[in-house]
Amino acid sequence: MSVVTLKINDIDVAVEAGTTLLDAAKEAGVRIPTLCHLDGVSDVGACRLCLVQIEGIPKLLPACVTEATEGMNVTTETPELQEYRRMVVEMLFAEGNHVCAVCVANEHCELQDVAIEVGMDHTRFTYRFPEREVDISHPQFGIDHNRCILCTRCVRVCDEIEGAHVWDVSGRGPAAKVITGLNQPWGDVDACTACGKCVDACPTGSIFRKGTTVAEIDRDRGKLDFLVTAREEKKWTR
Amino acid sequence: MDWSELIEIAEQERNAQKAIRVHCCTSTGCQATNSIEVKKRLVAAVKEAGLNAEVQVVGVGCPGLCGQGPIVEIPSEGLQYQKVTPDQAESIVSALQNGGEADALQGDPNHPFFSRQVRIVQENSGKIDPERIEEYLMAEGYQGLHHAIYEMTPAEVVQEITKSGLRGRGGAGYPTGLKWATVAKMPPGSKYVICNADEGDPGAFMDRSVLESDPHRVLEGMAIAGYAVGATQGYIYVRAEYPLAISRLHKAIQQAKRKGILGAQIFGSPVDFTIEIRVGAGAFVCGEETALIASVEGGRGTPRPRPPYPAVSGLKGCPTLINNVETLANIPAILRKGADWFSNIGTDTSKGTKIFSVTGKIRNTGLIEVPMGISLREIVEDMGGGVPGGGKVKAIQTGGPSGGCIPEQLLDTPVDYDSLKKLGSIMGSGGMVVMDDSTSMVQVAQFYMEFCRGETCGKCIPCRAGTVQMYQLLTKILNQQATAADVEKLKELCGMVAATSLCGLGQTAPNPVMSTLHYFENEYLELLQPASVRPSNGKVPVRPS
Repeated sequence: MSVVTLKINDIDVAVEAGTTLLDAAKEAGVRIPTLCHLDGVSDVGACRLCLVQIEGIPKLLPACVTEATEGMNVTTETPELQEYRRMVVEMLFAEGNHVCAVCVANEHCELQDVAIEVGMDHTRFTYRFPEREVDISHPQFGIDHNRCILCTRCVRVCDEIEGAHVWDVSGRGPAAKVITGLNQPWGDVDACTACGKCVDACPTGSIFRKGTTVAEIDRDRGKLDFLVTAREEKKWTR
Repeated sequence: MDWSELIEIAEQERNAQKAIRVHCCTSTGCQATNSIEVKKRLVAAVKEAGLNAEVQVVGVGCPGLCGQGPIVEIPSEGLQYQKVTPDQAESIVSALQNGGEADALQGDPNHPFFSRQVRIVQENSGKIDPERIEEYLMAEGYQGLHHAIYEMTPAEVVQEITKSGLRGRGGAGYPTGLKWATVAKMPPGSKYVICNADEGDPGAFMDRSVLESDPHRVLEGMAIAGYAVGATQGYIYVRAEYPLAISRLHKAIQQAKRKGILGAQIFGSPVDFTIEIRVGAGAFVCGEETALIASVEGGRGTPRPRPPYPAVSGLKGCPTLINNVETLANIPAILRKGADWFSNIGTDTSKGTKIFSVTGKIRNTGLIEVPMGISLREIVEDMGGGVPGGGKVKAIQTGGPSGGCIPEQLLDTPVDYDSLKKLGSIMGSGGMVVMDDSTSMVQVAQFYMEFCRGETCGKCIPCRAGTVQMYQLLTKILNQQATAADVEKLKELCGMVAATSLCGLGQTAPNPVMSTLHYFENEYLELLQPASVRPSNGKVPVRPS
């Protein structure tokens, strides 16, 4: 096993050959924001948040798929990179319908975390308010396309780990969306094993377990009345 | 079949030629204006006139002047007829028989549109019947392949291509020899050659014409490439929108197989090479090489990050050589006539010729093959005949949605990869759209952005969402609702999408906007709301209430 040494933000780090820059940065204690990367599945380099600057290479390269090589000099934070990252996150917020206040993933959301991390307090782009569907045909899970950022983590976990390949992408450009089966309602897809890996993989509140959404919160007000009646009239009926 | 038998076929074909060949274009452009019927009537008229012994009517590929089709040419008499209708067929034949003028629009085959061309890729276009391998053999076809296999080692072939200075004709202009050398030097094993015929730029149709007019030439180029890099399997990825090209390719592959030129043991040598066709499903992004490979593999046509480049890991993870149609169509001629001959044509950094499809506000619409280094002005004014109705050229768009607009004052620029790049445009695949004074450059930018917005695959965010945002800003500007701040935002977006997108589509999508902003910024500013602050004065833009 050979080892390569490189510099990330002027920090010297030694990693095994074949290590990606993203992992090398982790080793050096440098955080690089990502949204499409997920430990354990293949990388696609789609979210462009992990772009870094490498000395001697004119193009910005995604850290998740670029291998560390001997003597590389990598910079992960420049004003330009920070600006690009903020724009990426702003674009995501303008593209879907992301309303944190009513989201199942509020405060457990990687999109929200990244937005805070890159210092996005508003989006300078026009909100597009697309009309997107919610599919709750599956008995245990649901997908709210309004919150999908097309990171394709669900596609990859389902294909690479569960081996069911329930998820895929259909459509092009602004019409692209993740689909279940042959663009069927999720509940009709026989291939789904209901393993829930896609729920765990989803960085936002797009794929969720039923019963956890804000709308599904069920307050049992009748219980108060029941308790009072029970205590005062000794009647244990509702 | 061995080589002597093929030579024999070519000789027989030559001997069977009649004194006069009447060429009728049967490519898509002329077919759209009823050239098939014209050809039928010409055949009937020749028979009627009893000229069958001397005259043969041949359906040929594209002579180039697509805007004036159907084109009928009689090269031995120096005659060319344009916009021929079926009813004029008889008169053309009787003029041929009895002398005198035919009742048809006569064209000038010596017009600069034709005389200034240097035809390498198109040397047979409009001259041979693309559906008959015998005619290609008669035109020295497959000699380059034979020469390569029997007189050169694969390394020598790569060397020859490198020496020729040929650069990729698909857009980026990557040195072809270098690409071949990379694939050739990968360890032996499964390797592939792919011909990229997914031509999709609006206003570009030279690859279609090459495939329709001389399909064997592309097959020969691929077989030579296969021999040079050590691949035994080739794929042609052609878009479904080119049905005639697909059918002619199928026919050509079949004919070549039957003659032992494709398949196992080419010309009886130990070299194998087979070619299959893969038909695209209408996605522009599949012209990007990694998306193309995904599509050939049967997957969703989306690009993946490079490196690894296809030359190292391409189709099914094997080293893959991907060249564009026009690039491959140059190969047979280079092998036949030598690298020195080829490198004498063109400029220092751009060798050979390039086919351009000249469209838009121009008198002579069609395909021209010109040596690199010719000026844009010569193409537009001398060959193209300028703007019809005496209007003035305002700009030329080159390189399609990845290219830019070159203003009139820079028309003396020589056409080569580097000069066009310096002007903020690209050679691209060779689309050239001429615009006159009546064209709004902001609208042009919006048109191309609409195209990119519809064709981005949606994988990476900058391209998927950025093109939408840019399109909206351009629309806002055109609707005169924008402020100077919007123009600044547009510029920021252009920079960001170009720098951060995953593949070439996104990286170059802002080019039409950036180049029109560069050369025609006043057109943008004129459309801004009157009270807005112009971006040049550095003040905070205020939106009028």
